[in-house]
Amino acid sequence: MSSPSNGPALPARTYPKRPAAVYFYATCLVDLFVPEAGMDAITLLEREGIRVIFPEGQSCCGQPAFSSGFPDEARKVAASQLDLFPEDYPIVVPSGSCAGMIRWHWEKIFADDPTLHARAAAVAARTFELAEFLLHVVGFQRRDEGEPIAVTLHTSCSARREMGTHLVGRELLARLGNVTLAHHDHESECCGFGGSFSLKHPDISTAMVSDKVAALKATGAREVVTADCGCLLNITKRAEKEDLDAGRAQPSLPGEHLATFLLRRTGGQVAERS
Amino acid sequence: MSAQPNIRGGDTRPIAFVSAQALRERMHEAVNDPHLRTSFRGAMDFLMAKRAAQFPDESELASLRTQSEGIRQYSLSKLPELLEQLEANLTRNGVQVHWAADPDEANAIMLGIARRHSAKTIVKGKSMVSEEIEFNHAMEAAGVEALESDMGEYIVQLAGEKPSHIIMPAIHKTKEQIARLFADKVPGVDYTDNVDALIQIGRQVLREKFEHADIGLSGVNFAVAETGTLCLVENEGNGRMCTTVPRVHMAITGIEKVVEKLEHVAPLFSILTRSATGQAVTTYFNMISGPRKPDEKDGPEEVHLILLDNGRSQAYADEQLRKTLQCIRCGACMNHCPVYTRIGGHAYGTTYPGPIGKIVSPHMMGLAQTHLLPTVSTLCGACGEVCPVKIPIPELLVRLRGEAQSAPHANPAMVGQGAGYSALASFVWRTWARIYARPANYRLFSWLASRFRMFAPSRQSGWTAARTPLKPAPRRLRDRVRDRR
Amino acid sequence: MSSRDRILARLRTSRPAQPLPLPELDAHYAPRARNESTPERVARFRTGIENFHAEVHLAGEGDWPAVLARLCAEKGVGSLMYGADTVAGRKLDPAAFAGTVLRPWAGSIEDIKADLFHRTDAGFTQTLGAIAETGTLILWPSEAEPRTLSLVPPIHFALLDARNIHATFYDAIRAGHWADGLPTNALLITGPSKTADIQQTLAYGAHGPKELIVIVINAEGAVQ
Ligand code: SF4
Repeated sequence: MSSPSNGPALPARTYPKRPAAVYFYATCLVDLFVPEAGMDAITLLEREGIRVIFPEGQSCCGQPAFSSGFPDEARKVAASQLDLFPEDYPIVVPSGSCAGMIRWHWEKIFADDPTLHARAAAVAARTFELAEFLLHVVGFQRRDEGEPIAVTLHTSCSARREMGTHLVGRELLARLGNVTLAHHDHESECCGFGGSFSLKHPDISTAMVSDKVAALKATGAREVVTADCGCLLNITKRAEKEDLDAGRAQPSLPGEHLATFLLRRTGGQVAERS
Repeated sequence: MSAQPNIRGGDTRPIAFVSAQALRERMHEAVNDPHLRTSFRGAMDFLMAKRAAQFPDESELASLRTQSEGIRQYSLSKLPELLEQLEANLTRNGVQVHWAADPDEANAIMLGIARRHSAKTIVKGKSMVSEEIEFNHAMEAAGVEALESDMGEYIVQLAGEKPSHIIMPAIHKTKEQIARLFADKVPGVDYTDNVDALIQIGRQVLREKFEHADIGLSGVNFAVAETGTLCLVENEGNGRMCTTVPRVHMAITGIEKVVEKLEHVAPLFSILTRSATGQAVTTYFNMISGPRKPDEKDGPEEVHLILLDNGRSQAYADEQLRKTLQCIRCGACMNHCPVYTRIGGHAYGTTYPGPIGKIVSPHMMGLAQTHLLPTVSTLCGACGEVCPVKIPIPELLVRLRGEAQSAPHANPAMVGQGAGYSALASFVWRTWARIYARPANYRLFSWLASRFRMFAPSRQSGWTAARTPLKPAPRRLRDRVRDRR
Repeated sequence: MSSRDRILARLRTSRPAQPLPLPELDAHYAPRARNESTPERVARFRTGIENFHAEVHLAGEGDWPAVLARLCAEKGVGSLMYGADTVAGRKLDPAAFAGTVLRPWAGSIEDIKADLFHRTDAGFTQTLGAIAETGTLILWPSEAEPRTLSLVPPIHFALLDARNIHATFYDAIRAGHWADGLPTNALLITGPSKTADIQQTLAYGAHGPKELIVIVINAEGAVQ
């Protein structure tokens, strides 16, 4: 199946019944930079009675090389990941862009190799972005124990356009009784991260992330929630820089991963920040 | 003369002057121009809202896009046959068909026609292909006046600039700037920034030209093979003027614009105007099937069609790159592009700016000049999401990045393959793959990274220009997972 | 080898072995077909074209020339050019037009260019039909009714028979078997000429007519 990134009408996905166990594919960014988001996602799933398997051999889905125009390197890395999921459990990924890579692009990079292609396709079929898994498979429904709060939500472009999950994040937040969602201006617009784009074209990337941060702040929301760590780092590190430059001690736009937010609001024990 | 062209005006030099290095500088200059930023943002917001209002029914849009993609792909799958059928039917209808491999050949053909008619003035309807071949330059050099008559194009030509958008050429200009321009450049005109008054000035000047021009030039939106018909989409009526009043009409188009059946233009026309400017339909849809017949009282006595390749057959040769040719030039991809919105159309230094420009220009100009273009994208997918013919633009950008950066090899799919090759970048990615494809290597590498996190540089290339530095966490997720068990 | 042959040869070597299947356009249009009466269709056409700044007047088969004459008088049309050798043209009686000089098109455009551009206030044409979906007129100009009549004069009067309004452009092409033979120039016209090229501000009367006035006949039942 070809990637749906070229159309708003994503094929409707059929979701499995709640499984006994899942594989948790954390992604390289979470492993190294935002491990607490990974911990919180695992806790959320375990709290629902699902066993979480963390394959030790996991490194990266290959997306950074793939989107930079180095498909051979992406293929090597992706190939090394195909063996990590021997049982027929769903694979849960706490990031839209990595989930999108596995779900749509792995098949493409293995197009020339029927064996690998078939295995990639099988993996792709049971790969889910965390938020969609929580909503559609787990049926996440917990009592909101937090104070009333307004938050704003940023959905990554891959979650929106490859995984079709932008309504999923909204729906999960709507299930929290005391949370109001403040929509921001140009909500569907990219935050300007784009992986190597932010390094290669810093001027334009800066313009985009500044606009995004301004729009998020303008909602007056206390914090920004997102289900993608790339966007999370881009947005919060930009906001931090603005605070630093303005000499503000209090963060003007704190942010956290959706998993952390959901866990904290519903009485779970969130992992220690790093 | 400075090597750095001024992107905001006065730059009439051919596009071939913009090198990859100059592109960086142009983008830098554009993104830091607050006036440009606000005006493009406002204009694109307006166009996005208008498009959205045209598609209240998601399922109708989805169906129409599927049809439109299907028609374009079907047409391309028979392209050589359809071009021959088009040529045969046009010839039968009395239209003279010419083929041009590149801009020089196209200009030579049209100059030849102009010379044969001792033409002094050519009045032009909107044609991006004529921009692509630098037609105005070529005619000027040969002493023939080529005058733009689309209001936006006229304004841009008067200012000595180039279009900054394929549908709305003068979108970068405010009415005050246009008022000043008219007052300065049009004889006998006083300053007015009343838009109606400005349009009436343009109308006066150009009507005179339509009446007396020797030749009219136009582009083509769709060429219908089964009937031998050239279709033109427009609002102003200048396209009809150019193709009706002068004795000679020259139309120029890329070889990809052909469709087989007349009925195929119905869905394409509908989705084109709705995607482009958010109009249900344009004022005119002009279907031309030949020159004036002996008993007819108006219309050109001669009609010529120039079919231009200019890199299109290169795109055609590759199954994936061929999708580039599905384009119907609606401009929706640029209207929705967060990069285009911030740098405007001139910064790209190509005839076609925005997402479509990034995927089509490398075929027209070669990767040596354009290898940086495909990198100027976050791959956010907003373009592909709105493209009426479902061109997977992000996928093509990724492919072009690969073509540009891979080591030069024999039998490349594209001219200039490997032009963006860097030994260092290739080494970095090879090393990356060596680390990430071996669990043991990755574990060691990520352990070292988190262990020595304090050595994370405080200045990290472009990242820290606007953000606080990235620092690995003291303990990786895998360490924390292991501890908990 | 000519460029033509080189281009075609290159395309031929790389084209797919089998063309893709012909797209099924009916799959899009058939489920969206409306079963509407003529008055409903007229209403939809009218809303469409009025949105594009055109004026619509209903008239009877017999009295439309009078309506045209009245509109000419109201708009101060001093001279109206038209094709005399057409079904509609034959019904126009100069005596019925008080302040308007009726000028039948005579000769070829080269003979009357200056008149057409500078001394004609309005052009009158028939239409082949219309499209309800978008509020669009269909014109097939002919030797009796040249193309510039609907383009050069500042006002364009068009006569439309409501029975010839099709639901969509696609329907018009199919029902009229257009693919079997098109005139030199076929036109769809939706409103007077316009532009939004200056700061996205809509202005009418760019290069073509500033006003488009449609007289619809046989629209029995449609609301005047
Ligand atoms: S690529 Fe698609 S959206 Fe862009 S101009 Fe072409 S048809 Fe329109």
